[in-house]
Amino acid sequence: MLGLGADRLRADMSRLLALLFHQGVLDEQFLQLQQLQDESSPNFVSEVVNIYFHESEKLLRNLRGLLMDRELSDYKKMGIHLNQFMGSSSSIGAKRVRNICVAFRAASEQNNRAGCLRALELLEHEYCYLKNKLHELFQLEQQRAMAAGVRYPMQN
Amino acid sequence: MNNMARNGTVSRRFRRSEKVDGFDFSPAVESEEVHVLAVDDSLVDRKVIERLLRISSCKVTAVDSGIRALQFLGLDEEKSSSVGFDGLKVDLIITDYCMPGMTGYELLKKIKESSAFRQIPVVIMSSENVLTRIDRCLEEGAEDFIVKPVKLSDVKRLRDYMNKEVKMGNEESGINKRKLRESFDLSSSPPSVSSSPSSLSSPSSPSPSRSPLSSSLSAPSSPTSLDSPIRRLKMTNTDY
Repeated sequence: MLGLGADRLRADMSRLLALLFHQGVLDEQFLQLQQLQDESSPNFVSEVVNIYFHESEKLLRNLRGLLMDRELSDYKKMGIHLNQFMGSSSSIGAKRVRNICVAFRAASEQNNRAGCLRALELLEHEYCYLKNKLHELFQLEQQRAMAAGVRYPMQN
Repeated sequence: MNNMARNGTVSRRFRRSEKVDGFDFSPAVESEEVHVLAVDDSLVDRKVIERLLRISSCKVTAVDSGIRALQFLGLDEEKSSSVGFDGLKVDLIITDYCMPGMTGYELLKKIKESSAFRQIPVVIMSSENVLTRIDRCLEEGAEDFIVKPVKLSDVKRLRDYMNKEVKMGNEESGINKRKLRESFDLSSSPPSVSSSPSSLSSPSSPSPSRSPLSSSLSAPSSPTSLDSPIRRLKMTNTDY
């Protein structure tokens, strides 16, 4: 029965991943990260993704701060932040987030404040969704590891 | 490797340094492993490139800026580059293009301007697929240009390339290294390796973009490498 738990969790993980791929939330770069995870680096994906979350939230705060400044919206600085956000998103396979950054950057290059505001909202929403789904994925993985561990108790 | 176990010889690495001593090679350097200096201001990207390189059996030093890279190499203008780096030999530098302060392009120029380090191959990474940027880097002597996100296949391709470049000076190269070692196991006398690299370099490597094995360590910019990044761009999704 415990064995079934691990298997079911693995199926849940696969289903979730398939959904995220189907929605275009993740792309094959995420799979590449998973391939880099092994016994010597068993938490690689979650480590990198947690760094990504930490950095992304800083960037989002900075972007919001820059846009809220009505007097002098520093579009150049926004562009720099967006480049960073784009780069890291692409490195972990966060396709939709990255694509919104591209649109956001285009708006900032035109000094289009309304467009930037719209893009920022979309970005925050998309980032939120990504974060929730990846947390769900990591939770499933943890549960699966525990279920598999119980199935094969340590001898001696 | 099996032959070694049967003959009762010690581990590969120990044996390597024994042989290497006989050729006046610094024992402090692990000539087996390639040492890569990775430069990227993004922590996420540093983690990823570090892992990609380590999983490909490379030693990695990752720094977050061009300045730090120069400091590591000893090219920092503030310090005199008098003290050498024994045991910290860098076999490849891989750097992001877009970085605050010193860009990857500027770093590339500084390295190629240095007599001590210009022979180290430099690879540029960029998230932007801009042909003029690529051309500029190649003209300045970059060995290759990788469009981000960097994949295992990219690093594997570099690895094959590095094996041949590094080992040329060590009278061995890539694929043939294994064959040479096996033949040494069978003989009781210490190996006498010929010092002509051309006879050992083999085009049997699977990477299609790396045929110019005649490019020696001293050639900073081999025109033949112009092919590979362009090919890389066209074949972005191909694993080879």
